[in-house]
Amino acid sequence: MAKLVIKNLRVAVAGDLILNGVDLEINDGEIHALMGPNGTGKSTLSETIMGNPRYQICDGQIILNDMDITELMVDERARAGIFLAMQYPTEVAGISNADFIHAALNAQNDGKSVPVLPFLKELEEKMSFLEIAEDYADRGLNADFSGGEKKRNEILQMMMLKPKLAILDEIDSGLDIDALKIVAKGINAMRGRNFSCLMVTHYQRLLNYVIPDVVHVMMDGKIIKTGGAELAKQLEKTGYGNLN
Amino acid sequence: MNNQTKDSLSDERGGVDDITPVFSTGVGIDVATIIQISKSKDEPEWMLKLRLKAYQVYLEKEMPDYGPDLSGIDLSQIKYFQRATDRIARTWEEVPDEIKTTFERIGVPEAERQYLAGSAAQYESEAVYSNLKRDLEDQGIIFMDTDSALKKHPELVKEYFGTLVTMEDNKFAALNTAVWSGGTFLYVPKNVHADVPIQSYFRINAGRTGQFERTLIIVEEGASVNYVEGCTAPNYSEDSLHAAVVEVFVKKDGYCRYTTIQNWSTNVYSLETKRAQAAKNATMEWVDGNLGSKVTMKYPSIYLVGEGATGSMLSIAAAGANMHQDTGAKMIHMAPRTHSTIVSKSICHNGGRADYRGLIKYTKEAVKAKSHIECDTILMDNNSASDTFPINDIETSDGTIEHEAHVSKISEGQLYYLKSRGLDESTASQLIIMGFLEPFTKQLPMEYAVELDRLIKFQMEGSIG
Repeated sequence: MAKLVIKNLRVAVAGDLILNGVDLEINDGEIHALMGPNGTGKSTLSETIMGNPRYQICDGQIILNDMDITELMVDERARAGIFLAMQYPTEVAGISNADFIHAALNAQNDGKSVPVLPFLKELEEKMSFLEIAEDYADRGLNADFSGGEKKRNEILQMMMLKPKLAILDEIDSGLDIDALKIVAKGINAMRGRNFSCLMVTHYQRLLNYVIPDVVHVMMDGKIIKTGGAELAKQLEKTGYGNLN
Repeated sequence: MNNQTKDSLSDERGGVDDITPVFSTGVGIDVATIIQISKSKDEPEWMLKLRLKAYQVYLEKEMPDYGPDLSGIDLSQIKYFQRATDRIARTWEEVPDEIKTTFERIGVPEAERQYLAGSAAQYESEAVYSNLKRDLEDQGIIFMDTDSALKKHPELVKEYFGTLVTMEDNKFAALNTAVWSGGTFLYVPKNVHADVPIQSYFRINAGRTGQFERTLIIVEEGASVNYVEGCTAPNYSEDSLHAAVVEVFVKKDGYCRYTTIQNWSTNVYSLETKRAQAAKNATMEWVDGNLGSKVTMKYPSIYLVGEGATGSMLSIAAAGANMHQDTGAKMIHMAPRTHSTIVSKSICHNGGRADYRGLIKYTKEAVKAKSHIECDTILMDNNSASDTFPINDIETSDGTIEHEAHVSKISEGQLYYLKSRGLDESTASQLIIMGFLEPFTKQLPMEYAVELDRLIKFQMEGSIG
C-alpha cells in the first residue's frame, strides 16, 4: 500500500528556487510518468522526495500513506519504503554488491540480520531475471560497471528491497534497446497493489514497455499538464512547445 | 576516549591478567642488567659481547630527529627483561591457565585449530607457548622463539643476526640488540613451501614492560613462506615501549609474505625496525596493519639486491584520539629490473594523526627499475590530520616512479547513496571505511579479516554518526 501526496512543494538548490509549487498524487499501485524538457525540476523533485540534503524545502508537504515525511532524513524515508533509482548511481569500491544489498535489507529489517541463504537464493534468481552475470554479486558496488550495468543494478536493488514507492530518475538514459527491455521487465514485475512508481523520462520509448497509468508534464518547476498514457504519445508528435 | 570506552576496549583485547613475572631485572638498564639478561639465558659469549657493544652504540645514538614526539618515553623507567614462566610450553595443556584464558579471549586457540601450522605466542618478554606441528618439522622448517634458536641452531643465528639491521642503524635497533628477548626464528629450507600461514601472537601485559623481540626469517632458494603475526594488548595506564627488530632474508627465487596486525593499547610507543633483503627473482611482501599505540614509527624496508627482485608493502594505519601513526616503507633498488609497490591507506578520526614517510632509492646498478606508490587517507573530522613525506633518491636515468596521494573525507555522494537504501549514517560510514580498507583485508587470513573488521568498527564508534 503506498499513496504519495505532494502539496505545493517549493524547493531551492544553492539558493535558486527550482520547484515552484508542485502538487502530485500517486495512488496505490499506480505507475506515473513525469516528463518535460531539461532543467525543469524533474530530478529536483525526485531527489527531494528521497530527502537529498542538498535540496532545501522552502514550503509544502510530502505525505506517504498519511504520514508527513517532509522532515524525515534520507535513511528514515528509505526505511519508510521510498526508493530512488539514481540517474548517476555512485560507485563504492571494496563493498561487494551482495553485501551492500544484504546490509540495506538488514537496515530495513530493524537492523536484524536477514537470513543469508534465502537472501542469496533470491538475489541469484533476480540477477538471473535481469540477465546480470553471477560475478556481479561479488564485485564492488557499481565499481567499474558500465552505465547500463549501473541502471540494471538499480533495478536489482529495487526488486530486492521491494519499496512501497520507487522513483526512477531517467532509468532509461544510456540504455540500448535490449537493456531497456530488461529494465522494463523488472519494473513490470514489481507492478501490483503494493507498489507505486514515479518514472522520470524524456522519451516515449520507455513508456512503450512500461505503460504508465498517469503522465505528467513539468515545466519551470511546476506540473502543467496531467493525462493518461496517450499524453506521452501526443508529446512525441508535437513536442513540449505546443503545450502552453 | 571516555572511561566506558576504555573499559570495553580493555575487554575487547582480552583484559589485563594478573600474572606475576618469575624473573625480572627491574626498572632501568646498565651493563650489569645486560650481563644479567645474557647469563640468565645461558647465552654464548659472542652474544653477550654483541649486546654490550650495542649498549654503547645505544648510549651514543641520538633520538630520531624527525616525526612524532617521543619526549613521553622515560627510558630509565622501563623494565627491560621479564619472564612470565620459566620454560617454554610444548603443548597447550602445559600453558598456565591465566595466560590460556587471555589467549582464548583474543581468539588464539580457535585461530590455531583452523589455520595454524605452528604457534609461538609471545607473552611478556619470552615465548611461553610454542607448538610445532610435525609436518613442518618433517619438511625441515625450523620455527621457534629466537632464544631457543640461539641454543639449538647457534651457527644459523650467528650467520644472520644483525647483518641486515645493524646496531648502528638507529638508537632503538641498538637498544633492541642490547636487551632483545624472544621473537620468532623461522628457517625454510631450499625449495620447501610452508603453505599454511604460520602465525604468532604478541602482547604486552605489564606496565612499563618493554618488549624487544628479535625476529629472524630465512627463506632459502626456491622456498616460500607466509608468516602472520597479530599483536593485541590490553589497555594499561603507564606508557610502554615496544622496539622490535625484524630481519628477513629471501634467497634466489624465494618468496616471503610477512603479515602483521598491531593493536597496541594507546599508551604504547611502538618503534620498530623491519628490514628484508630479496635476492635474484625473489619476492618479499610486507602486509602491515597498525591500529593502536600512542606513537608508531615503522618503515619496513626491502633491499632489492638481486636482478628481477620484487618488493611490496601494503599497509593500513588507523589513528584516533591522542594517536600518531608515522609509518611508511623504504624500497632500495640495488639491481637491474627490480620492481616495488607501496600501497598505504590510513584513517584518522577523533583528532588522530597518520603520516606517510617513504623512500624510493635506485642505485646506479638498478637499471630499468620500477616503482609504484599509492597513499590514500580518509580524514573523519577537521581535528584529524595527515601528511605524506615521500623521498626519491634516483641515480639511474631509465627507471620509472609513479606516485599517487589522496586525502579525502568520506564522500558525501557515497554516504547519500548508501543512506538512500536505508542504512543509517554510522552503518553507512562503516561500510565505506570497510570498502576503503578492502584491498588490505582481502589479503588477510579469514580470522584476521574478521578481527580487523571488528576492531575498526569498534574504533570508529563515536567518531561517526
